Amino acid sequence: MGEESESTNLVKNLLKVVQELGEIEIDNVTLDVEQLELIIQPIVSSIVSGARPLPQLQAQSSKQAQIQQLLEAKYATPLEQYPGRVVEVQIGATRSEGGSRGSIVKIGGERTMPFYSFEAENPNRPAFAMDIFDMPLSLTKMVKMHYEDVMGDPAAWAKRCVEFGAEVVSLNLISTDPLLNDTSPQTAAKTVEQVLQAVDVPIIIGGSGNKQKDPIVLEAAAAAAAGERILLNSANTDNDHKRIVEAANKYGHSVVAFTPMDVNNAKKLNKTLLSEGLPKDHIVIDPTTAALGYGIDYTISIMERIKLAGLLGDEDLQMPVLAPASNAWGAREAWMKNEDIGPRELRGPLWETITLLTAMLAGGDLFMISHPATTRVAKGLVQDLLGNSAKGGVVDDWVTALG
Amino acid sequence: MSEKLGLLSIYKLLPQTNCGECGEANCMAFASRMLERSKLPQDCPPMVKQSRYKKNLEKLVAMIAPSIREVKIGSGERTVKIGGEEVLYRHQLSYHNQTAIAIDVSDNMTAEEIRSRCVATGKFSMIKMGQEMRLDMIAVRAASGEPERFASTVKLVNEVCNLPLMLCSTDPVSLRAALEVQGVCEKRPLLYAATKDNWKEVGELAQRYICPVVASSPNNLDGLVSLASTLESMGLKDIVLDPGTLVEGGLLKETVNNLVMLRRSGLLKEKALGYPLLCIPAVVWATAEKADPVVTAYRESYIASLLVNRYADIIVMHSLDIWAVLPVATLRQAIYTDPRKPVSVESGVKEIGTVNGSSPVLVTTNFALTYYTVMNDIEASGVNCYLIVADTEGLAVEVGVAGGQFNATKINDVLGTSSIAGKLNHKRMVIPGRAARLKGDIEDTTGWEAMIGPQDSSEIGGFIKKHWDAPK
Repeated sequence: MGEESESTNLVKNLLKVVQELGEIEIDNVTLDVEQLELIIQPIVSSIVSGARPLPQLQAQSSKQAQIQQLLEAKYATPLEQYPGRVVEVQIGATRSEGGSRGSIVKIGGERTMPFYSFEAENPNRPAFAMDIFDMPLSLTKMVKMHYEDVMGDPAAWAKRCVEFGAEVVSLNLISTDPLLNDTSPQTAAKTVEQVLQAVDVPIIIGGSGNKQKDPIVLEAAAAAAAGERILLNSANTDNDHKRIVEAANKYGHSVVAFTPMDVNNAKKLNKTLLSEGLPKDHIVIDPTTAALGYGIDYTISIMERIKLAGLLGDEDLQMPVLAPASNAWGAREAWMKNEDIGPRELRGPLWETITLLTAMLAGGDLFMISHPATTRVAKGLVQDLLGNSAKGGVVDDWVTALG
Repeated sequence: MSEKLGLLSIYKLLPQTNCGECGEANCMAFASRMLERSKLPQDCPPMVKQSRYKKNLEKLVAMIAPSIREVKIGSGERTVKIGGEEVLYRHQLSYHNQTAIAIDVSDNMTAEEIRSRCVATGKFSMIKMGQEMRLDMIAVRAASGEPERFASTVKLVNEVCNLPLMLCSTDPVSLRAALEVQGVCEKRPLLYAATKDNWKEVGELAQRYICPVVASSPNNLDGLVSLASTLESMGLKDIVLDPGTLVEGGLLKETVNNLVMLRRSGLLKEKALGYPLLCIPAVVWATAEKADPVVTAYRESYIASLLVNRYADIIVMHSLDIWAVLPVATLRQAIYTDPRKPVSVESGVKEIGTVNGSSPVLVTTNFALTYYTVMNDIEASGVNCYLIVADTEGLAVEVGVAGGQFNATKINDVLGTSSIAGKLNHKRMVIPGRAARLKGDIEDTTGWEAMIGPQDSSEIGGFIKKHWDAPK
């Protein structure tokens, strides 16, 4: 009886200890049994049989075996504070400001990287412009089909863009190109007037890309749009940027500073324009937007570097960024007829949309768009990213909800 | 490796004997290679072989290890690696493992549908920039709620394709049934998911079957840290974080914010957060209701793209339409391109196909993108020709012409150093349509005739057919 109670007590004490500690380690144990059943985990048997190479077995400390409850934890939001800010640029001027626009657009003013709303609220949201040209041109069918009936009339074309949701109209005076129609600056100025009268959204005026002619054309456009705070597109290192700056200052406009994919050159150009007397908040940087699949990785990194540099205090890079997302149409995936990669009716606008959102997340503030579907999706996405959308419900369990 | 890791802190842990066994001139050089991530601590033979360096080696391995754990899923040829990231912005160094794309199947689908989706996913292949773009995994969803049904679906998927799997169920019984299917657990499937309600059972499955496991806590970061810490304390190391992919009701903002915050926290080496991130663009299909499937696939495509832009290391997509998947794969390739590598190819003359004395001669730039696109188009068209690759300092045609780097002299240089002139019975080259203005210069400088070719290299085939043999 005594023996039994001793071993019972031992067992009881042992159980008590195990309950308190969760686990105990006993050395030099001898098992004296008749039958012993070992249950081998499948992973072990497959290692032994050679079916699977020996995995990196993780060191298991004795404490791990008995976690009963979720560990308590709190998430610490990793906040950064930037010493610099991007300047705010206004495009368009209302009647009380000396122009005739019904709406104006403000871009820039960032205190943090794009949509880092956990960290700070940026004062302005991305804005969307749509492209028009001062003459009919060969556009891919997916774009052309929306403007075919208005391509001969820039004023009507501008109206069409506003119907499609454009907040800004980007008029490209390509007919002034000496290799095209070589139209005069005076004619170009008339076109600018027509468009200003047709719509009351802010305007961007682009030249043809001809370095000799553009400053003259932009100068004439600047005069025709006096007081309207338009955006002159563009000054670059190869053209007479001084002349463009003078025109901008004389008539109260802003200027796009364009450089082909180089942060250092973008900085240099801004410095030059500033030294020529252009106010800092009258500069918009265009560091080149490449189409998805055709160098968009450069665009991402250059835009991120510019935005970061500005926020970290580099005063020559504290301007908002222009991103012509419509460059996406240069990609063959956007325009080419090829059933192997699906219908171009979908591929095209999707290509422009994804090029746009990529540039937007990298720091783009003002976008040029060709396809109406892109404008619609882009505006919706911005509202979503700002948390302004109201509709829809939360999906509890996507695994089953998808059917 | 955190951004703050310095050359000296690495060097201090090395033997500093400059023995050269690692292949570098001295220990400082070897330290540089480690910083660039082109060599690992284990590449120093003395440190590996000699026990006196053991502690330092361990310290170095921990130091060099990326802040975001690299998690392997699958086994064999199609093994997927996710995570391993060290920087927030790609320009700070480079990203390392591209986002894995998993296509879903459900155990409610018919065997035929499952089979066809798996085959299509496995076969997807597009070439861009000389590299293959593929889809990476199959995510099998236990939608039926029946463990046996889930297990037999997993069995079927495993037989039909060799892609790594993601087993999706919050019911440990179903997950276990799938893991018990022969041949499945050996292939290291990703377990989706451990939640606040099932973490113990699912964590134990991950331990027992040695699989990576997702910690899922929709829009609750406190919950996510708690869950990940708990799994960590169970000894699990291969964890993937799911902060929830919410796209409706104005919650896209939260989703994107969560991804940025988590990536930052991970890189700052905050406890239990140094893990890859998982997103599920496929959720758009759950709220699609009566919406047109084309519209939903379109949405899924751009939402997936948005998430790839914001640090998603693995995504689950439902749409298999090529037009919806292609832009996501293309974007992924672009983002994960190493920004440190040169984007130009070697200049010179390339022979494409079987050439002879009357073969056409085409001209292009040495910008990698241009070169690969043009090569691709020529090969696809079946044209046999010579291709002169001019050294335009890695610039494309239009930019190169505008900036002057693509000029007659550069083309002449290639002609000068090659033997092509002697092999031909003509002196005629086709220049890119967008370089038309160089025609005069080229003819004056080289003495060859310069034909103005098509605007886009996709038209080369048609152009050569129509114009090359035409009399002058």
